[in-house]
Amino acid sequence: MSPQPVLTLDSVSKSFGRIEVIHDVTVDVYPGEVTVLLGENGAGKSTLIKMIAGVHQPTSGRILLDGEPVSITDTKTSESLGIATIHQELNLVPSMTVAENITLGRTPRRFGVINRAEMRRIARDALAQIGLDLDVDTHVGELGIARQQLVEIAKALSLDARILILDEPTAALTTSEIEALFDVVRDLKAKNVGMVFISHHLDEIAAIGDRVNVLRDGGFVAQVPATTDEDELIRLMVGRSIDKQFPREPGVTVQNTPGDGDAAAPGSTAGSGAAQPLLEVKGLNADGLRGIDLSVRPGEVVALAGLMGAGRTELLRCLAGADHYASGEVRVNGRKLKPYDVAAATRAGVGHVPEDRKTQGLVLDASVAENIGYATMGATSRFGLVDRRGQKARAEKIAERLRIRMDSIEQPIRSLSGGNQQKAVFGRWFSAGSKVLLLDEPTRGVDVGAKVEIYELINEITAGGGCVLMASSDLPEVLGMSDRVLVMSQGTIAGELPTAEATQDSIMQLAVSNVHRDEEEPHAASADTGDEGATA
Amino acid sequence: MNAAAKQRHFDLKSFLANNGALVGLVVLCIALWIATPHFLTGPNLMNIGIQVSTIAVMAFGLTFVIVAAGIDLSVGSVAALSAMVSAYWTTTAGLPDGVSILVGLAVGAMSGLVTGMMSAYGKLPTFIASLAMLTIVRGLTLVVSDGRPISTSESVSFLGSNLGPVPMPIIVMVVTGLIAAFVLNRTIIGKNAFAVGGNTEAARLSGIPVKRVLVTVFAISGLFAGLAGMLLAGRLDSAQPTLATGYELDAIAAVVIGGASLAGGVGRISGTLVGALVLAVIRNGLNLLSVSSFWQQVVIGVVIALAVGFDVIRRKNVRH
Ligand SMILES: Nc1ncnc2c1ncn2[C@@H]1O[C@H](COP(=O)(O)OP(=O)(O)OP(=O)(O)O)[C@@H](O)[C@H]1O
Ligand SMILES: [Mg+2]
Repeated sequence: MSPQPVLTLDSVSKSFGRIEVIHDVTVDVYPGEVTVLLGENGAGKSTLIKMIAGVHQPTSGRILLDGEPVSITDTKTSESLGIATIHQELNLVPSMTVAENITLGRTPRRFGVINRAEMRRIARDALAQIGLDLDVDTHVGELGIARQQLVEIAKALSLDARILILDEPTAALTTSEIEALFDVVRDLKAKNVGMVFISHHLDEIAAIGDRVNVLRDGGFVAQVPATTDEDELIRLMVGRSIDKQFPREPGVTVQNTPGDGDAAAPGSTAGSGAAQPLLEVKGLNADGLRGIDLSVRPGEVVALAGLMGAGRTELLRCLAGADHYASGEVRVNGRKLKPYDVAAATRAGVGHVPEDRKTQGLVLDASVAENIGYATMGATSRFGLVDRRGQKARAEKIAERLRIRMDSIEQPIRSLSGGNQQKAVFGRWFSAGSKVLLLDEPTRGVDVGAKVEIYELINEITAGGGCVLMASSDLPEVLGMSDRVLVMSQGTIAGELPTAEATQDSIMQLAVSNVHRDEEEPHAASADTGDEGATA
Repeated sequence: MNAAAKQRHFDLKSFLANNGALVGLVVLCIALWIATPHFLTGPNLMNIGIQVSTIAVMAFGLTFVIVAAGIDLSVGSVAALSAMVSAYWTTTAGLPDGVSILVGLAVGAMSGLVTGMMSAYGKLPTFIASLAMLTIVRGLTLVVSDGRPISTSESVSFLGSNLGPVPMPIIVMVVTGLIAAFVLNRTIIGKNAFAVGGNTEAARLSGIPVKRVLVTVFAISGLFAGLAGMLLAGRLDSAQPTLATGYELDAIAAVVIGGASLAGGVGRISGTLVGALVLAVIRNGLNLLSVSSFWQQVVIGVVIALAVGFDVIRRKNVRH
């Protein structure tokens, strides 16, 4: 179609030290088109776009802008060339407001003094573009990850760039925000902006992509049109086909799987066949949560669905002991859990994968092995000495199981790709033998193949009598991997559906149900909330 | 990719990049060896050893706090109080000498414990909590001593004496350094400190008892400071109320020159030792070259700025 690419990566390679992570890759970006980069975790997608963003410089090869070679030595240069980048990991300053973050680095000034009115105006315009209704004076640190991601997107949009790079912008978003983002993308296409888009959700590629560049192990594999069917894309990207994307095996009939469950298993349940819930929550009230009652039985996977800000993350954090709750109680295996005490919850067998791996999940300077081992480090130590060999062996085993792509288990986790970091956070709790897993978007940024590995570990946990409570914005994942769906809305549980009967539509209906009810009755008491039946 | 094997063998470039302070120390020593014949002599080296030992022992403890992303400004004062109480115990109160060192250590650990509690449970930033302790503890030292020096017990004096040709402080420094390195790298205390310093929130969400870790590292810092104070007092056979005033700054400088990050999560005992040596060798060299003590302060400040500046640049390069 468009003859002249606006941007070309011309046979670029990139090495870190002795290790080559990109080998001779050529990618063209055309104006008014969405160029998709597709590949497994660690294939080199982010590294590739970081060369355009000025974070990395290619070890060899050229970058051409409008056919002219350019050297993008830093992020400022990249911006001044008209390139805006939304990175995979968020780069916002939590202690600053939304408006300050959006205008960071180009704060409007008048007579040398910050022009706050202008700053707010820029921010409001940017937020309006993606339809985000948010007070621009809110501190970013108070926002959940989905809103932070939207602020990051707004920030990039406000640069009015001619090239826009989106590295997994949708990983933390729910369907409605993704739709809003895609509307913007279509709009930008019409304005002839060239875009690079990365995502592990294959349906999104068909929705907005134009051409797809597939990478594998840092090398170029193929370029195909975005209309290529999913199975073919997977085959190109993984090198094999995946027969079952959601291999859920209900674990209620405790069928023991091959003995992989290693490590000190805290709070082990022997109650096979017992109907007694493993996790039970009664009348929980907290900031943004009202009257939460729920119970999860051994062997069950219960999904938490809902819109952005429905309270799913807050609920999981309360259960994990990460946040205070005003009233109510949480029981694990019949025993009451001490509120606001993660260590106590961990000892009781609770594991929590938080929503943001970078700020809440990982110690970025520590090694892969250490990050995987934090939950077992205390329990396996003897006389205060860390069980170094055991810790390493456990980490290696789980890394292999989840196919974490790395050069060495001792390498800092900072240098792993986003999806591989996410696998490590999940692996931490699997290797701790947690019986009650609280997962907040557990597969955020994880590729299709590795997702299956995580799902299989989930099966293993439920088969061994554990249970999983999983917040996910990925509706196919909710429908494919859970036994029951709890739909949250406005801090309450708006309804419950057996997964077998649930559809995307029925979930969405429940998710918006309270929004209307609340308009009539602003401060609904907890009494009128837990009415599961009233919604069908 | 597939280069796990390649990584194994010794990489000189990365060794140098990771041990900038050590390289600096070696260069410094060679320069002084050329510049003055007095530098590389037995007595002078012993002299440096004694000078470095107090700061090094103090800085070993402080390394724990800095690794956990805290700061302890009270170590100089804690050193003084420990030495003073221990001297008071035997000399003024006439209690048995056998435990006078233990008494000093206990005072140090308790002081650190209080700082740790203030910051962990009282939610004071460690800078403020330890700044408060700096004056509180110095005040207590004056109260205990009534503003006058007290002679140290025999066992504390022994810490300051020589064992054969080798000064005791050097032996103490080596032994405590080995212990500190072991605790920092092999025990749950040390590993927890790294996790808390690297990312407090991630550590907490992994079930690491963050508050207990904070209290522990401050107690360790106090313990080492107490020992350092007794080394210093033992050398003089008397505990002065102004003992170790301002030493906290040297100790912090030693840790930071040694490659620890004040942002937490990074630090090594061996690095701290090198940092302390760099400071002591510079002071010694400037003395030998008869540079005025006024200029010495300027030079030391510049060295700290350069050392840390280089380190920041190096780390940035490693990261991307
Ligand atoms: N600074 C670094 N030092 C060493 N290796 C690195 C560094 N940055 C990235 N890598 C390696 O480069 C490879 C490609 O990483 P990259 O982040 O580009 O993957 P990705 O395709 O974006 O994966 P994901 O889908 O998980 O985000 C990985 O194996 C990663 O470990
Ligand atoms: Mg990536």
